[in-house]
Parts: sequence; structure tokens; C-alpha cells
Amino acid sequence: MARINMVVDGVSYSDDVEPRTLLVQYLREDVGKTGTVVGCDTSNCGACTVLLDGVSVKSCTLLAVQADGHEVTTIEGLSSSDGGLHPMQQAFHDNHALQCGYCTPGMIMQSIDVLNSNPSPSEHEVRDGLEGNLCRCTGYQNIVKAVMSVSKGGAA
Amino acid sequence: MTTTEERPAAEIGAPRRRKEDQRLITGRTRWTDNITLPGMLHLTMVRSPVAHGKIASIDTEAAKAAPGVIAVITGADIADEQGSLPCAWPITPDQKAPPHPAVAVDTVNFAGEIVACIVARSPAEARDAVELVDVDYDDLPVVLDMAAAAQGGELTHPDLGTNVSATWVYDSAEAGTGSDVEAAISSSDIVVERTYRQQRLIPAFMEPRSVVCDPTGEQTTLWSATQIPHILRLMLALTCGISESKVRVIAPDVGGGFGGKLQVTPEEVITLVVARRLGRPCKYTETRSESIMAAHHGRDQIQKLTLSARRDGTVTGLKVELLADMGAYLGLVSPGIPILGAFMYNSIYKFPAYRFVCTNVFTNKNWTDAYRGAGRPEATYAIERIMDELAVEVGVDPMEIRERNWIKHEEFPFSTVAGLEYDTGNYEAATARAKELFGYDALRAEQEQRRQSNDPVQLGIGISTFTEMCGLAPSRVLGALSYAAGGWEHASVRMLPSGKVEVVTGTSPHGQGHETAWGQITADRLGVPFDDIEVLHGDTQISHKGLDSYGSRSLTVGGMALVAAADKVIEKARPIAAHMLEASVDDLEFTAGRFNVRGTDSSLGIGDIALAVFAAHDLPFGVEPSIDAEATFDPANFSFPHGTHLCAIEVDTDTGAAKIRNYTCVDDIGNVINPLIVEGQVHGGLVQGIAQALFEEAVYDDSGTLVTGSFVDYLVPSAADLLNFTTDRTESPSTTNALGVKGVGEAGTIASTPAVVNAVVDALRPLGINDIEMPCSPYRIWTAIQAASSGAKTPTDNPTVDEPAQPTHNAATSEAMTTETSGDNAIDTEGGRA
Repeated sequence: MARINMVVDGVSYSDDVEPRTLLVQYLREDVGKTGTVVGCDTSNCGACTVLLDGVSVKSCTLLAVQADGHEVTTIEGLSSSDGGLHPMQQAFHDNHALQCGYCTPGMIMQSIDVLNSNPSPSEHEVRDGLEGNLCRCTGYQNIVKAVMSVSKGGAA
Repeated sequence: MTTTEERPAAEIGAPRRRKEDQRLITGRTRWTDNITLPGMLHLTMVRSPVAHGKIASIDTEAAKAAPGVIAVITGADIADEQGSLPCAWPITPDQKAPPHPAVAVDTVNFAGEIVACIVARSPAEARDAVELVDVDYDDLPVVLDMAAAAQGGELTHPDLGTNVSATWVYDSAEAGTGSDVEAAISSSDIVVERTYRQQRLIPAFMEPRSVVCDPTGEQTTLWSATQIPHILRLMLALTCGISESKVRVIAPDVGGGFGGKLQVTPEEVITLVVARRLGRPCKYTETRSESIMAAHHGRDQIQKLTLSARRDGTVTGLKVELLADMGAYLGLVSPGIPILGAFMYNSIYKFPAYRFVCTNVFTNKNWTDAYRGAGRPEATYAIERIMDELAVEVGVDPMEIRERNWIKHEEFPFSTVAGLEYDTGNYEAATARAKELFGYDALRAEQEQRRQSNDPVQLGIGISTFTEMCGLAPSRVLGALSYAAGGWEHASVRMLPSGKVEVVTGTSPHGQGHETAWGQITADRLGVPFDDIEVLHGDTQISHKGLDSYGSRSLTVGGMALVAAADKVIEKARPIAAHMLEASVDDLEFTAGRFNVRGTDSSLGIGDIALAVFAAHDLPFGVEPSIDAEATFDPANFSFPHGTHLCAIEVDTDTGAAKIRNYTCVDDIGNVINPLIVEGQVHGGLVQGIAQALFEEAVYDDSGTLVTGSFVDYLVPSAADLLNFTTDRTESPSTTNALGVKGVGEAGTIASTPAVVNAVVDALRPLGINDIEMPCSPYRIWTAIQAASSGAKTPTDNPTVDEPAQPTHNAATSEAMTTETSGDNAIDTEGGRA
């Protein structure tokens, strides 16, 4: 077992984990952050995407021990302290950018990362930025629309 | 037949943002895999790596001794408890079906079949122990080629004595719905014969299947990522010999299904049996690789069509000879999937003669079953492809050939050669709108210009004018098709004392937004605020009766059950309102949630009556103190959405890359409850159909191993692979239900595949190419171009196309797909696959 310290959604955790534990397993099974989900076992689908020190990572591609000493933000940590939705969450709702919602946590986290690195993307750049996140329901059109609406110069 | 009612509609038709979003966008979800129960154990499955073999021995000792392992269970251990997984659709009285144990007992019949189950204290310990189970197999001959299998040779199930499960025939002359097709073919000016291949597909719902079973209560409770909690409850009880009243099934948040979760799975049976045996809660969650390998697949058919026509392009007859690969077993509705297509090959056209013969075949592959569209995409693909071929023969624009044959709007209701009655439709209107939005004439002009200039990037235009049968289904029709259940749906409306409303539905949404749409229907019907309505579903203890969600049935059948229940609430409330208002029942009118005494300003809200009924202090004598109501609705007919889909695709003749430039569709799904949800369903449906046309294929190698065993190889498209669609609607309300609705869940998937492939072929037709087998990967297109330009036609008797794909990254292009193509398409089905 290895001792790790991590801030998850603003709360400090200190746990002993098996070194092979994936970050997503740690988040779901130890911290109880079941909002972050697992969709595949080959790092293709992006359903498990979280922010590590503000940058998106697929939490299935990282060991929990690699996140030791870092800060993780999950879908459950996006809302403001008064419970208000993050603008990206609101945009997904407003634009019907989700159906079954399983890919949605990862898709929202990746969308935030896309705009963090490029606040005024073209639609093409948004599509490229979301390439690592699969959705089977929406056909992506409304997801792209949601992200564009939050971007600078977007219609939000 | 009823007609659509005129009502004030504040909510119906409004683009309501969805209620269910709140939990989904904040991560406060209840996926099955999120459930943790005290003392819960974790299951993993040991799966066969061989496609066909006798289990010579299983050594579980090392696994049993591994840390955390509680039990290792083989098929022999639970042979008496696990029963045989159900098939509810025997399409013929003499249909052949092998026993289908959840855990293989002595034989494995496809790679991925479960041979043992590990039970451990943690998921990791359960997974570790899988590697410690040592299974010896005696290999048996592997049957993979459905066309060869249909002819005999090695057998998938030697005990059955044949690889053919059933042969099902529809003949319009025999049915009295048309004339004799052979006579039509032999006397026609033009006969076009083509064979198309529906590749095997994987539903690839985003939430892997998961099941949790708690056997500790008086009822055994099973949570499952399923589309069909009600059917599952009944089938688990029957399969495992448990009283149905002792089983409760809950479908919590379910992350997509697309038919892939319309199943009674081995994993559900095993988890139930093991939990009951051990007396402890158990959970099983599949990995994506397991899901791709062992959750049921879809499509996988060879379609031979013979279309006859007069010189002017008027079709005189259609003969369809179908081979359908069932895989190793018959799933819940596997045999009926190709049969659903039988009614759709004639599509929107007036064909005078029709014959459909389907042969269902066993092979040593994962079994096939429902996948979005289920029989109808296959039929639509084949007819829309061959109508293009007829247009070439006749020498007219492919739209023209359709117009010459389709049912005109003034000809509805129309009895089809396949025995259905289409209630409404307006193909002219949808087509006119689609052509306008698409810029059809301008694109044709550009295409001609590029052809003239020998542009290396050629433009193709693809058309798909489709219809589908939705709203599964009138129970009498299902009975006539030998389906084991009916097609009704149930709903109840509970009027709470505070004026709030609970709607309980037998439909089981897994992304469709019923909580919102049913709320909108109820709000309009009862005149209560949308936010006062809660829609409950997916738990057999709450929604005790239902037939769940699939086949674009939820709104047309379940929505109508809700309407009927709400109307009963109003009728139950009416005498109570009259009593409270001291008026005659005949003087009351119910509008906007209130009973008004005509000609006065005296009125009562439905919520006031709910409270009065709760108190029950002063009700008319003999009146039940309840205005709650339930209703079960059986549709009188299917519904028939239709639409015109147009695709413009640019094909780079140097590289074979095909890029969709414009996709425009105009769908007629009747009246719309929520346009946001409708548009979303169309978008997603389009992408699944486009994915079949361009990207996806489940490929087995010669030993029966699934090569496309992960999302690395099975190319579910990403945002970067796609474009924005232009969508619009025409509205020809269904006349067979009071809402005037038709269903939208499958339309995009059904329509888009032929639109895209027709566009690819249209781009390449000047090169002498008349087919590209799906998926139309750059490699297949490039190969076809090379073969055509070298003048070397692909031999017609050596068609096809199921070479293993090389592993490729899931990216925008899939150049590494290793495939071959059939340049000429006069494929003999008996030639089969290499």
C-alpha cells in the first residue's frame, strides 16, 4: 500500500491505496465520487475525464499514486458553493447536449479544458478538442453548440 | 380509428429543457455500478477464448485459494439453477434453438462465452482470480460463414443437425396483398439483381452493463442497466424458477441501450443465482472489452434482392432472399429482428408483387439481436440502394425513380403489399423541403462540373426516402408473428393531496427524456404546472406493469396510455366536482386544469378535488375516495414516420477518403411533444447510421476471435469525424392515436445509412463502380477505384468482405482498415464470405 494525499473537489484526502489503483478507481471506490464514470478500458471514451491541477486527464490512464500531492476536480466539484451550475453545465442543459448522460461528466470536463486552452475556438477546433470523448446518443451537434455558446463570443 | 383532437397546448410542442439533466450534469447519478450494499461481493467472469469447443476440464483450485475469493462457480455447479436463457420469439413452429445456459456447462459456442464466475470481496481480487482458472478445451470445427453454414457442412450445434434455425416466408400472392412475384419478374422489361451485406455491428451504449442483486429481503431485488425491467423480471422468474412476486427489478439511471440492453443476459442470471446461493448482495460490472465481445451484436445479414420494373421505371415486383446470422444462440428477440424488416422492403413504394424469404443461421459468433432500427435499417438500406440502381438502368435521376413509385399523399390510407396499412404520409412535402434546404439542383450542377473537369475530388449525392413501422406494437399483430408477449403499455396517474401529480409509466427511458416529455403531456392533459409533475419509472415495485422501451414505442404506446389514464382522472373527478360545485355533471367543462360551471364564474381546480378526495369528508354517496387512475393502451396500428434524407459527400479519388459535406433531412414524425428532444434523437440516430455506412464493423478472424475487441478497433465516431446536420420536419399527424405522434428514436439510424452509401457510390459511378461494401472506409473506396481504373472487375462469384480490420486508432480517418471490396455487385449469396 502507498499513502497518497490529494485534494478532490476542494477537500483534502489522505489514503492508503494499492499502487496499481487507477485514479478513477480511487475517486469512485475510496472517495465516493461516483459522478466520474468508467466507459472503456482502453482510454478511448473519455467518460472518466477529470481536471488534474486544472488540466483535463482521463482518470483511467493515471494511477492514483501519480496524482499524489495534486488537486483533482470532478464533475461534482464544478458547482459554485451556493449550488449554482458551472456555465458549462448550464450550457449542456440549455442546449440539450446530453441524452443518457453517461458521457456527460467527462464531456463537460473536457469541454472546460478545451475553452481553458482556447477561449475562442472555431467549431472545428471544438470538435478536435473533444475527439477523445465518445458520445453515442447526441451525435455531438448539441455538445459542440453548448461549448461554442460558452466560448468568448459565444451566444451564451 | 380516432382522429387527432384539437386542444390548447401550452406544454406539448414546447422546447422544454429536460428535468433529468440536473442529476446528469452534476454527477449525482444512480448508475447501477454506483450502487454499494453492505456485505456486497464482486463478480467477474471467466470467458472462453475459443469459439467452439468441448470443455475438457476446469481447474478452479488456484482461483479459490486466491486472496479475497469467496467462491468460483462453474456451469456444472449451477446447471440445475440457471435454466436456459429465454428466446421470446419463435418465428416458426419448427424453429431450431440450442439450450442457452448462462454459464457454459460442457460446450462453448462463441469466443467470450462465460465458463466460470469468480466471487470475491473486491473487484480487483475478483479480476485477479480470473487469470487463475485453468480451462482445457477440445477444439471443435468453427462455423463462421453464414452463407456456407446455411448450406450445411460443419455444424455450430451438432445436436440440432443443421445450421438453419428457421426459414420464414412472406408472399404477397399467398397473403392476398399482391400478385405473384416470379410472374412479375419474368414478364418485366428490367430486372435488377443485387446483393448487399449488412455488416455485424456493436450497439456500444456508453454505460457498460452492470447488475447488482440483493437477495436478503423478502423480494430478491435486482438493479440492472437494462432497457426492460418489466420483461426482465418475468423472464428471470421463469428462467430461474423463482416466483415472479419474489423478484423486484430496478433499472436506475441507464446509460443508453439502442437495443443492446433489450436482453435477458447471462450476467444477470448468474448474478441472481450466485447472490441467492450465497445469501449476499453481489455486483457484476462488465469491462468495455467484455461488452464488445459478449453483449449482443446487431445486423449481420446478406440481402439478395431482385427488383423488376417496366421500361419507365415503374416497379412490378420485389423478391428478397435474406440470410441472417443469429450467432451461436437465440437471444430474447433475435429470430424476429430480420422479420421486422419483412414489412419494410416495399418502403414508401407501390409494389404490386412481393416475396420475402429469410433464413436464420447459426454460427460460432456472439449472438445478434435488436440494434437501433432492428430489421428496418437493413430493409431500408437494401431498397434505397437498389432503387438507385434501377434509376441507372432507366436513365433518370434517382429522385425521379422514387417519385414514379412512391405512394402519393392523396392515396393514404394505403394498404401495402407487405400487409400493413399506412395511415398518413406526405412524401412529396418532405422531399420538396429537403431538396430546398439541401440545394439539390445546385449540388447536382456542381457534381456535373466536377465530372466534366475530372476533379480528383468527386461529389456524390445520396438519397434516402424512407418510412418505418414504429410503436411496437398492436398485440394482435405480435400474436400473428408468434411473439410471446403483447405490445400494450401501461400508465397510472396519482393525484396527491397537495395537488402535485405522480405519473407512473411502464416505459423505461435510458436517455430519451420521458420524465420531461411525459410531464409535458400530463401538464397539458390535466392542466397542472409542469414542475408539479414527477414521472416515475424503471422499478417494478413502483411501476408494476409495463413492456418497457424499444422499437420507437414509448410515446406512441406509452404516451397514449398516459393520455388514457389522465383522461380517466378527469372523468373520476367530474362527479365529485359537480357535487362540490352543486352543479350538474352535464354543466361542467374541464379546461386548463379546472372544472367550470358553464355560464358562471364558479370553478374548482383538479388539485382542489384531489385534496377533497384525500379528506373524503364530503363525497357523493357511493363514490370511491380516489381520483387516481391507470390505463393500459394497446395500439390499433403501427405508426409510420417517414422522411427524405439527402447527403452530399466528397470522395477523394486519390486517397479514397470520403467526407460528408452536407447532410440534410426532413422527417415527418407527426406531432411533436418536445422539439428539442426530437432533434436530439435525430442527430444521434443519424450518427449511428452514418457510423454503419463509414466506420463501424465487428470483425472476427478465421478462428472466431473478435478482432475489433475494443474501442481502439471498433470505430465509434467522435465529434471530429462528424459535421452539423441540417434538420427540419413536416408534420402529417398519425391518425391512429389521439396525440398524432409517430415515434422518432430510430428514424435517423434507419434513413442515414443508405443516404451516405448512395452518395459514395454516386460519386464513383462514372468510374464504373456500383457498390462499396460497408463500412465505406478509405481503403475500400481506394481499392474499388484502383480495380475500376485498371479495368479489373472484382470477380462476381467471390464477393466479400469480411477480412479482419487492422487495429486502428479511433480517429477521424480509418485508412488502416484492411478490407476488400466488391466492385461489381451481382453477388451470389451462396458465394458467401471468404
